[in-house]
Amino acid sequence: MTRWREAAIPLALAAAVLAVPLVVKNPYHLNVAILVLVWTTLGAAWNIVGGYAGQLSLGHAAFFGIGAYSLALTAHYWGWSPWAGMAMAVAVSVPLAAAIGAITFRLRGPYFVLGTLALAEVLRLVVLAWRDLTYGAAGIMVPEIFPGLSRAPYYYFIALAAIAAVGTTWWMERSGFGYYLTAIREDQETAESIGVNAAWYKNLALMISAAFTALTGAFYASHLMFIEPDIVLSEPVSVQMAVVAIIGGRGTVLGPLVGALLLVLASEIFRAQFQQAHLLIYGLLLMLTILFMPGGVLGEIQHRLRLRAAPRPVIGTTFSSSHESSGQREVG
Amino acid sequence: MQPLLEVWNLSKQFGGLHAVRNVSFSVREGEVVSIIGPNGAGKTTVFNLISGFLQPTAGEVIFRGQVVSRLKPHQRARLGLGRTFQIVRPFSGLTILENVMVGAFLHTRSPAVAREEAMQILRFVGLEHRAHQFPGSLTLAGRKRLEVARALATRPRLILLDEVVAGLNPTEAEEMIRLLRRLSELGVSAVAGVEHVMRVVLRLSDRVVVLHHGEKIAEGPPEAVVRDPVVIAAYLGGEVTAGA
Repeated sequence: MTRWREAAIPLALAAAVLAVPLVVKNPYHLNVAILVLVWTTLGAAWNIVGGYAGQLSLGHAAFFGIGAYSLALTAHYWGWSPWAGMAMAVAVSVPLAAAIGAITFRLRGPYFVLGTLALAEVLRLVVLAWRDLTYGAAGIMVPEIFPGLSRAPYYYFIALAAIAAVGTTWWMERSGFGYYLTAIREDQETAESIGVNAAWYKNLALMISAAFTALTGAFYASHLMFIEPDIVLSEPVSVQMAVVAIIGGRGTVLGPLVGALLLVLASEIFRAQFQQAHLLIYGLLLMLTILFMPGGVLGEIQHRLRLRAAPRPVIGTTFSSSHESSGQREVG
Repeated sequence: MQPLLEVWNLSKQFGGLHAVRNVSFSVREGEVVSIIGPNGAGKTTVFNLISGFLQPTAGEVIFRGQVVSRLKPHQRARLGLGRTFQIVRPFSGLTILENVMVGAFLHTRSPAVAREEAMQILRFVGLEHRAHQFPGSLTLAGRKRLEVARALATRPRLILLDEVVAGLNPTEAEEMIRLLRRLSELGVSAVAGVEHVMRVVLRLSDRVVVLHHGEKIAEGPPEAVVRDPVVIAAYLGGEVTAGA
């Protein structure tokens, strides 16, 4: 019974997301909604490893690009259906994530960030240079998953993907796995001292994250019908995934949805006025968030709610240093 | 009967520095053993070697009859070897209850079971009324209890407590040691690292191991160790009576 009550709000939200095409008929608006959900899925995927496990990745474009090119190349050379291409995307990206994790998660410090950055950049350069295979900067056409004029099937697909990604996070937050990732983020050595195999759990988080990212990459390619390295493998893709999660609230279930809504809508509104202005908007939003809401929009709200639910006692705070309370704010 | 923990000729060198040299001792089931020694005597290094955060240059650690010297920290925790850190390290973004739950997930996958067990352990250490607050609201003594609670949640057989009373006032220190004495109710043995020689600590320990410059210079029942001329001459000096 309590299980169902706990799931009621998420289920209602999922139903509302799926109902959007029944109300929104304008193709432009539906496309914006698709974009919001693409970034929600990507932000949620990034959030698993970057938000919960606290492992900052600045190279998730690698998994996104692998997804896009898996679908494009298998269709172009072998005539595979886009669905098979999608399966390929996941099948390639997960072992790659495991390999990168195995190398960088054993080390301390910024090696994971550097590793992911390097991976994405190397892949971009390889795809650019290997023209015989990828057509390089000229780009490659991608078949549609749902041929036809209507964008609604695309919307339903990405809505299900977003629900799956956000749902995974929701389940994670209620499972031992989620507690373990949070513990690793807060203090890896302490987590290990109570039996947490930190390297393995970080790697598992990265593999799940990579699978969702690659799936979204394949979808996005098919949605655009054309890809080139600068669209799907470039650094802005990696950065925006992180920014969506950070602005919305790292380590919160719905943070990526909030972040994606803010960013996509802001960039759509301002794109009409000034070219490239959306970059300025990202910068501004990011600065405002870090200055005033270090836990992100949702992180900040949840933090305040939790503090209200459990007020700090007036006595017994002698040893509570300001350093630690600022640490709490950071992780929200 | 075989001891719970055996440490054989444990040595650790950092470059040319012998942080720990040829230290051997053992802990039997249900015992509370104190390792005393001033700052820099090598206590933390010994704890790190036993719990797996450092690899020994030489020597072996045998826990429950198994050589664990090459195992990683999380593997040793799985075998029932718990530890706390000299500088308390709560997961400050999690509540006190959640901190302890993380430990309980070592033997259950159910959050409900983990929550229930964590609550019981918080009752045991006397933090149950703080369960839903954040660790930042605790005093140092409270946070040291939280460290013990979190380690206990993994259901250890032996718990290593680095600097268990450092920074505590005499009353808090006594409460802490009383808590350690009660660990045997849960079937848990303890090795406590102690910098300052407090009478209460000595009185409540079954045995005391004295480290000095990385070497063991004495071992035995507290009252004998305190009177050992080697110990007094080496470093205890007049401090024995100065404690609580």
